[in-house]
Parts: sequence; C-alpha cells; structure tokens
Amino acid sequence: MLARLLRRPLAIIGFAIIVVVVSAAALAPWIVPYDPHEQFFEGLTIEGAPLPPNSQFWLGTDLVGRDLLSRLIYGARTSLIIGVVANGIAVLIGSLVGIAAGYFRGWVDTVLMRFTDLMMAFPALLLAIVLAAIFTPSLWIVAMVIAMVNWVQIARVVYTETRSIAERDFVTAERALGAGAGRILFRHILPHLLSTIIVWATLGIATTVLLEATLSFLGIGVQPPIPSWGNIIFENQTYFTSAPWLVFIPGAAILALALAFNLVGDALRDVLDPTQQGRH
Amino acid sequence: MTLPRLCPMTLPLLSVNDLSVQVATPTGPKVVVERLSFDLLPGKTLCLAGESGSGKSMTALSLMQLLPKPTARIADGSAILDGDDILALPEARMRQVRGRKIGMIFQEPMTSLNPVMTVGAQLVGAITAHGSRGRRASHARAVELLDQVQIPEPERRLGQYPHELSGGLRQRIVIAMALAQNPRILIADEPTTALDVTVQAQILALIRKLQADHGISVIMITHDMGVVAEMADEVLVMKHGRTVEHATTKDLFARPEDAYTKELLSAVPRLGEMAGSEIPKRAAGRAVAGSSSDAEQPMLEVKNLTVRFDIKGGILQRPVKRLHAVEGISFDVLKGETLSLVGESGCGKSTTGKALLNLLPWAGEIRVNGRSTRGLRGSTMRPILRDVQMIFQDPYASLDPRMRVGDLVAEPLAIHGLATGSALRDRVEYLLKRVGLSPEQMKRYPHEFSGGQRQRICIARALSLSPKLIVADESVAALDVSIQAQVLDLLQDIQDETGISYLFISHDMAVVEQISHRVAVMYMGRFVEMGTRRQIFENPQHPYTKKLMAAVPVADPTRPRRDFVPKAEDLPSPVRPLDYTPSFPPASDLGGGHLVWNV
Repeated sequence: MLARLLRRPLAIIGFAIIVVVVSAAALAPWIVPYDPHEQFFEGLTIEGAPLPPNSQFWLGTDLVGRDLLSRLIYGARTSLIIGVVANGIAVLIGSLVGIAAGYFRGWVDTVLMRFTDLMMAFPALLLAIVLAAIFTPSLWIVAMVIAMVNWVQIARVVYTETRSIAERDFVTAERALGAGAGRILFRHILPHLLSTIIVWATLGIATTVLLEATLSFLGIGVQPPIPSWGNIIFENQTYFTSAPWLVFIPGAAILALALAFNLVGDALRDVLDPTQQGRH
Repeated sequence: MTLPRLCPMTLPLLSVNDLSVQVATPTGPKVVVERLSFDLLPGKTLCLAGESGSGKSMTALSLMQLLPKPTARIADGSAILDGDDILALPEARMRQVRGRKIGMIFQEPMTSLNPVMTVGAQLVGAITAHGSRGRRASHARAVELLDQVQIPEPERRLGQYPHELSGGLRQRIVIAMALAQNPRILIADEPTTALDVTVQAQILALIRKLQADHGISVIMITHDMGVVAEMADEVLVMKHGRTVEHATTKDLFARPEDAYTKELLSAVPRLGEMAGSEIPKRAAGRAVAGSSSDAEQPMLEVKNLTVRFDIKGGILQRPVKRLHAVEGISFDVLKGETLSLVGESGCGKSTTGKALLNLLPWAGEIRVNGRSTRGLRGSTMRPILRDVQMIFQDPYASLDPRMRVGDLVAEPLAIHGLATGSALRDRVEYLLKRVGLSPEQMKRYPHEFSGGQRQRICIARALSLSPKLIVADESVAALDVSIQAQVLDLLQDIQDETGISYLFISHDMAVVEQISHRVAVMYMGRFVEMGTRRQIFENPQHPYTKKLMAAVPVADPTRPRRDFVPKAEDLPSPVRPLDYTPSFPPASDLGGGHLVWNV
C-alpha cells in the first residue's frame, strides 16, 4: 500500500512536508539557531521595530526582538500536538457518535443527535472558554478542549453518510447472512466512510491550529511565552502593515501543513478504494 | 452484408454512415461503436437490439451529440438529416436539432425529470425551449400534450411533482416533453425497461399510436426481443459495437442468419413454451413434492403474513397514512420445490421475501423448517438464517465493493463460525467452482466481474451455509437474456443436486414459467391466484393473472399487436388512510390446489 501511495507525486510532496515539520519539531532543541524566548537587543531597530528577514535572523524578529525561525520551530511542537491529538480525538468521537446514531436509529439516534444539535447550537468559542476556565490551561487541556468542541461537525456528516450507506443493498445482504452490528459497522460501513472522514480530518488540522491560536489570543490557550504557530500570528497581528512577515510566515507554515495532510489524505483515500485502482 | 431496403422509392429521413465512437480508457482508446450504418425511413421504426455493452445507447447519444465528453468521442462517420451532417454541427446549430427535429426518451423516468419542478413547469420549459409563446398558449399546449400521451386529468397533473406520479405516468410525461416541439424523429432508449409489464404494454401501444398520428420515425433501443417484435419495422442487432445483422423484423425472426442473433432469440424465454409439462424446464425426473403431497412437513409455512408501514407526516411526524404492503397472505413451500411469487412493482412480493429473513417487522406467523421466527433478532435469528438465505436483485449493489470476492464468499461461514483456516479456503474454492467461477478469481474485487459473474458470486454466498431454502428476489432481472438463461439453469441444477427449495420472486412471467413448480400471483399485497405452474399458465382464472400474461411482450412479430387503450390507469396505490380495515374474501378452490381469491 505504501508503495502505491508513493507512486503519486502529490502525495510525495505532502509526505515530504509532514516529514520536515515533524522532524523539525522533534529535533527543535538541537537545530534552533537561538533560544526562542531570548529577546535580542540587536533584534530590534533603533525605533524599536522588528527586523525583516536578514542574514543574522533568517526569518526576521518579532516585536520584542525574538528570533522568528526559532519560535516557529518550537511552535511546530505545540501546533503538531494540537493539530494531531486534538483533531484525532475529535475525529474519533465524531465518527463513533455519527456511525452509531446513523446505523442504530431509534432512541440511540435521538439521544446522540439531539445532543450533537445542542452542542452545535452552543457557540463553540464560548464553550471552549468555559471549559478552559474550569481546567487550568496547559497544552494537553487545550487539546482536550478543542476536541470537545470540534467533534460535532464530523458527527453530523458521518451520521448522514452512514444513514445512506446503511440503506444500501449490500448492508441488507449482510443482515440477511446473519452478520452482527459490529461486523456490519466496522467491516462494511466504516471502509465506505473513510473518504469522508479523511477529508474532514485533514481539513480539521488547519481549523484546529487556528482555534488554538484564538484561544491563545484570549489568554486561555497555550500560555506565553511558549510559542505556537497560532499565537505567533496573534501576538504580531497589530504590526501587520509594518511587519507583514510576522503574520505571513507562520500563516504559510499552517497552510503548508494543512495542505500536506490534505494531499496525503486524498492519496490515501484513493489507495484505500479498490474500485479506483488504475485511475488517478 | 447487403442492407435490405423496405421500399426503394422512399427517401430516408436520416441516413447514418460508418458511425464510429471511441471511449478513452486507462489502457487507451476503445472502439464502442464500429462503422455503423443505417437508414431511417419516414414513419418507420428501427430497433437497435443488443445486450449490455453492445454500443446501442452510445449510438443514440452520438446522434444527439450528447456523448459524455471528453471520455467518449465520435471518431468517424456522418449522419445526414435534411442535408446536414448532425454529427458535425456546431453546438449552437445542434440545439436547433435537439427537441425540434429529434426528440429523446431515456430509460429511467424518475431521473430524467427534475424532482423539484412541477410537471407543468418542465413541460412549458420544453415547449418554449426554442422561442417563447404566450403564457396561455404554452399552458394550452401542455394540456394538449398530456392529453395526447393519454394522461387522465391533464390540468391537475400540471401542478404535481414527479414523485407524486407513478412510473408509467412519469414516462408518459417524458414522452410528452420529447414531443413538445413536434420532432420528426423520436429516439427511445430502453423506454419501458424500468416499467411493469402491464404499463410497458400501454406505453408501447402509445408510442405506436403517436407515431401513426404524427408520422414520426422512431429509433428504439432495447435489449428485449419481445419489445422488438412488438415495435420494429426493421431491426439492427448489435454486439460489441458491431452490426451483426440488419433485416426487416419479419425476416429476422423467421430466418435469423447470424449465429449471435439465433443465440439471442433462443435465449428469450417464451411464454407458453412449457405448456403440457408438470415440472420445471431442467428439473430431473425426480419425484417432486407437488401440491398433492402427503403429510411431509413443509420447508416454509407462512400464515396470515401482514406487513404495514406507517407513513409519517406533519410537524410532529405522526403517522398520517398507512402502506399496506402485504395483507394476510398464507402459503407453504415444500422441500425441493420452487414457489414463484409474481406480480408488479409495489405488490408486496419483495417485502414478503424480506419478512422471511426478519429484515423488516411483520405480523402473522412464519415457520422455517418447523421453527417459528417471530421476534427473533440478531444471534437468536442466526440459526434460522442457516436454513434460509437470500439472493438479491442487483448483484453489484448487494456485494460490498471494498471486499475481495474470496472474503465475500467466506464471510457467511465466518459469521456462523462454520469453518476456519484451510477448511474455509477449501470450502470457498468449492463454492466458486460450483457456481462456475475459478478459484483464482478469489483475490479480485466485485467491480472486476461482469453482471452474470457477480450474480454467481451472490449465489455462492447464499449457498455457503448450505441453506434449505433460498429466497431469490428478482435475481435475474438485471441480467442480459443469455446470462439470465445460464443463471436460471444454475439455480435449477443446484436444486436437482441438493433438493433445495426456492421462493422465486419475479415480475417476469416467462421466467417464472420456466423455473416454478407452483406459482402465486400477487396484487396489492394479496394473493389473487395460486396453483401449480400448469394451472396458472394454462388455465388462469383471475382477471389480473390474465392481464399480466397478455401484457408480456412476445418475441413473435406475426402475433397481432396489442390494441391501444385510451387513458389507461396504472396500478392503484396500496397507501390507505389510517382507519382502513381490509376485508378478506374467501378463496374459491378449483381443485388440485388451484385457489382464486376475489380481491
């Protein structure tokens, strides 16, 4: 399967970006040019404005004179953990709720989906603030909070899709053979949901990283001075007109990561579908 | 090959020469229509006949320049209509041809109508497609068209949506839309395949009448040699994109020249060909448990089976109406016997089949091999399912497309814990061989097989548990005739070998005649007549049974064509108000197990 995956050029690009980001995050203490928390005197101009990219600070400095490249590399740690863990949990909860409600119908459907509707109607940010206020913010708490907020859309989409797949003849045929619910759900319905789940999971990475940034901005996310890609943008956005690189560079990093997961996700979806083989 | 000219004096209306169509595939271009030539004479009907994949629909689409671009393209050829080559016309001028000169009817009336627009709006759209008329004038024309296609109450229909109408009415509306601009050629692509036989007979008669009234030429595309005999003046038989035979209808049926045509004609089951025989076509001379049988316990006993569905509506989703799908039917299936349930769509025959496997809620009593199945679910139902299995209509839809064929056939054995490891593998190999597939194909996926092979896979799956009864729900309806004959033979051979019983659910009287020991005719959720095959086919008593048999298109052009029935109604709806209580008239016994109900 990996061999088939790597025959797709776009998948290779996506894969490469993910590898770069993951290894940068893992090797951060050894590869960063400077301490990400150190405020350099020479990192600011005489007027106290941040420096654009130059030979000493490759990606420039932020408004208190810290090296942007070092902060970006350390920020990759936070953002990856949030993006992968928080999003992963959200996808897991959302898929389980959606698939159970969609297949079992009846009271299971009513209870799960009305709860989902309730969560949907509740402003996500408000909920995150309440949750974050109850628990002391830490990286893992923030990841949990984001997962609690983000599973709702996935549940809704998976629910609708499950309902339509459960109506298909081959599911009836399985029931006619005496197959139990577990077998039907996980061996027959879940593989058909994979493409939807993968698309939502990859899209979710970008939204999750940004939601973390919003929470950081409100002071209930990852606590400063720990950098994350989202809070780098938010710390510096007021200087957008005079120092645009402070927003564009971390923005591009988020975009590249989301795109990379998307490309790999797309390829994965095609590779997993036997009816698509031989086509691109 | 010399093309016969019906009448050398008449100039052809449409003249197609050397039409070739290519389709792009991952392995390079593939020719799907190869050097096809024919002339269409004014007021005549030409049938393009052939099995799936013969290129007949591609031909129709290329004449309208509606080929799915960019996958398919016209590689060569011309089609001259009024001095223009319609294969080469630019899109702007082609739009003048579509609808105005050539109208088209598609197979599936539900998908060719827009579900969110009223019938009137769609019809007016078709009328005003080439320049507007006044509101009142187009409305009047719409009513006139609906009247022409024999739709009762045309004024009321204009305000309805497609889902409110029956399949027959929808197809009539599609025909009305095709006729809106008074085209001179009508292309009908399998126009009656999705319809019930009695409705099919009406639609075919309608097309013939419209043709006579307006002098339209018809290109009819069909796989059904019965429809060909019923409609065509000339026939062009196609196979894999090539013309294999082109002759007048009389000549083709009387003296088919090509081997493929002969094969096609002989594969068509003919109603009445089994007259005088007591047992099914391929049944061995083995003594069969017939209706006169002794006290042997039946494989399946059904008493007063009733299935009703509430139709919910309103804001509170309360039941507002009730669908009486099956209403108090009783029957037995004996060991080694095939009982056929025959009827048109919505008569409750498939619902009956599903109820037997507890796939939907029902009331009454069902005993499989003496054991009652009432209230059994999940693991308690599993032992019953070892005795009764099901084969569905659409073999592709009923196989999980993401599983390998070997795993699909092994699955029932795994579910019931009957075999593991090499024993499982051997059993799967045996089953695949038994249904005529090779064990090497185990690693492939369902989409790599043809329709007939997929149905064999479904049969192998059903057989894997060694059931004593198989419910075959329209199991050959989706297959080409030659494949259909092979699958029917396979089912009968398995019966001869193992003494399995079948409940064979079908709408096709000719197929039912070949395979059944006994037949039950269903109408509106009830049995109207039940008896041995001979009793039903040689001495039908109920008017509905007679109507059903008369409606079957017969592959014999010398038989007089059916009369046109003005404003014929489709089947009534089994949806009733909540307070409806059905009455049960007693059956009259004509002797020898031949029962007739006066419903």
